[in-house]
Amino acid sequence: MTRSLRWKGAAFTVPFQLGFAFLYLLPIGYAVYQSLYREQQSGLGLGGSTEEFAGLDNYQHGLTDSAFMGSVLRVVLFACVQIPVMLLISLVLALFLDTLTSKVAGRFRILLLVPYMIPGVVAALVWINLYSPDVGPLTPLGKVFGFDWNFFAPSMVWPSIGNLLTWHGVGYNMVIIYSALQGVPRELFEAARLDGASEGRIALSIKIPFVRGALVLTGMLSIIQMLQIFNEPALFRNITPQTVSDSFTPIMIIYNQAFNAGNYHYAAALSVLLALILGVASFLFYRLTAREAE
Amino acid sequence: MTITEERTKPHAVRRLNRPDPAARSRGGQRFLLVGLTLASVYSLFPVWWLMVAATKDRVGLYQSNGLWFSGWHLWDNLRQLFTYEHGIFLRWTANSLLYAGVGSLGGTLLALATGYGLARFEFPGRNLVFACVVGSFLIPIALLTLPLYLLFSQIGMVDTPWAMLIPCLINPFSVYLAKVYTEATIPYELLEAARIDGAGELRIFFSIVLRMMTTGGATVFLLAFVNTWNAFFLPLTVLRGENNWTLNIGLYNWSGKRLESGVDLTSLVLTGALLSIVPMAIMMVAMRRYWRTGVTLGALK
Repeated sequence: MTRSLRWKGAAFTVPFQLGFAFLYLLPIGYAVYQSLYREQQSGLGLGGSTEEFAGLDNYQHGLTDSAFMGSVLRVVLFACVQIPVMLLISLVLALFLDTLTSKVAGRFRILLLVPYMIPGVVAALVWINLYSPDVGPLTPLGKVFGFDWNFFAPSMVWPSIGNLLTWHGVGYNMVIIYSALQGVPRELFEAARLDGASEGRIALSIKIPFVRGALVLTGMLSIIQMLQIFNEPALFRNITPQTVSDSFTPIMIIYNQAFNAGNYHYAAALSVLLALILGVASFLFYRLTAREAE
Repeated sequence: MTITEERTKPHAVRRLNRPDPAARSRGGQRFLLVGLTLASVYSLFPVWWLMVAATKDRVGLYQSNGLWFSGWHLWDNLRQLFTYEHGIFLRWTANSLLYAGVGSLGGTLLALATGYGLARFEFPGRNLVFACVVGSFLIPIALLTLPLYLLFSQIGMVDTPWAMLIPCLINPFSVYLAKVYTEATIPYELLEAARIDGAGELRIFFSIVLRMMTTGGATVFLLAFVNTWNAFFLPLTVLRGENNWTLNIGLYNWSGKRLESGVDLTSLVLTGALLSIVPMAIMMVAMRRYWRTGVTLGALK
C-alpha cells in the first residue's frame, strides 16, 4: 500500500476520530478531572462557590458510601439470579427450536422475538400496569388461585423487575444461542444417535458445549447492562416511590447526585468508580469462563 | 467469528425443511411444542393486554377483565391523546422520529466510511482507533452522559435537538458492524481494479463501496434507529423542556403525574405506549431480512 493511499484511507476515519475525541475521550477526561475537585462554598454561600482540589477524597467517600456500595451489591446480587435464569430459559427454548423443522422453528422464533421489538421504556410501562392492583389482570388472576400478590411490595420489587427483564430479553438471547446451534455439524448428531445416545444426552454433551461461546457472550452483555440498570427502577419509582428509593441502583444515585443534589464532582467520581467496577466484573467473568473452557 | 467464516462453513447453510430425527418420538415432539407455545403466550400476552387496554375508556380499564374487550373507545382515546396539552404527544413523536431518523442516517454514513477505512487500509494508528471502538462498549453511559451534559451546557446546546443528534452521529457499535461487513463484502481486488481504471478514492467509496454495502448499511441503520428510539438516559439528561422531549421521556413523565399531582393519565400512557411501538414494528417488519442478520451479528461482537 503506497504512502499516499494510506493517508487517504486514514482520512475516511478522521470525522469519526474527531467525534470520538469530542464525545467520548473529552467527557471521560472531564469526568476524571472533575472527580478530583470539590465545590467549596465561600462566605455565606452568597459569593458563589470555588473549586478546590480534593485529591482522591471523592473516591474515598464513594468507596465508604453505604448507599452507593449497597446499590452496587444489590444490583450484583440481582444479576446473579436474573441472568442465569434468563439464559437458562433462552438456552432451553433454543434447544427446543433446534429440534424442529426450520419452518416451524421460524414461526416460533418470530413470536418469541416480539418482546424484543418493544422499546424498553414501553415494556416497563406495560408490565407496571399489568402488576398494578387497579388496572392489571394479574392481581385478580392471583386471587382466583388464592394468591394475594402485591407486585410493588419491597420483597417483590426485584422479582417483578426480574420478570420484566426476562420477558424482554429471552427472545434476543434465544436467537443468539439458536444461531450458534445452527453451526453444530449435523453429522455429530447422526454419529451419537448411531451410538445409542438419547436426545437429552446429545443436547447436554454436544449442543451445550458447542454454544458455550454464545452463552459467555450473552452473559457478558447482560452483566454490562445489568450493572447500569436505570430505566426500569426509575419507572417503578414513578409508581411506588416508597419501595424503590432514589438510591436503588448505582446509576440512579449518580443521576441524583448530579441533578438533584447538584454535586457533579461526587457524581463524576462515582461514575468513574462504576466504570472500574464494570471493567473488573467483565474481566473476572471472562477469565472465569475462559478457564473453565480449557 | 466473521461472516466470511460463517459462509464458508458448509454446515452453516443447513437442513432446509428436513426434520431432525428428534421428531421421531411423537410424545417428545408434543412436549416441545407445548413448551414453545407456553413461552409464546408469555411473550405475547402483555402486548395483547396493551392493545385491548388502548380500546377501553377509563371505566372499562379499571373495571373490566383486562384480557378481553369492553366497549370500543380506541378513537376517543386517540383523539384525547392527540389533543392533550395542545397535541404535545405529536410533537414528541416528531422529535423521536427526527432524532432516530436523522441521527441514525448521519451516524450510519459516518460509520460506513470509518468501517471501510479501518477494514481496507493500513495506516498508523489503525489498531488504536479500533481498540477505542471496542473499548468503548465497556464505558457506562453515566460516565459519558453527565460530563457531556456539562460540556453541552457550556456551549449552550443543552435542551436543543443538537444535544440528541450529535451524540447519535458517533456510534462505535455501528463502526464495528460496518468494519465486519466491509471485510465480508468488499474484495481488495475490486478496489485495485477501480484504482487502475483511475477512479479516485472518494469516488470509489461513494459509487462502489456504498452500493455494495446496502445490506450492511441497512442493518447498521436499523440497529442505530432502534437504539435511539429506545434511548432514555441521554434524553432525560440533556433535554429539559417538554417541547424537545422524546416519546419515552414524555410517557415517563405522564406515568409519574398520578403521584406527583393526582392526575391519572394511565389511559393516555397506554394508548401512547401502543402508538410508540408502531414505528418500530413497521421498521422491523419492513427490514426483517436485515434485522435478522443484525441480531445475530450482535452476538459476534
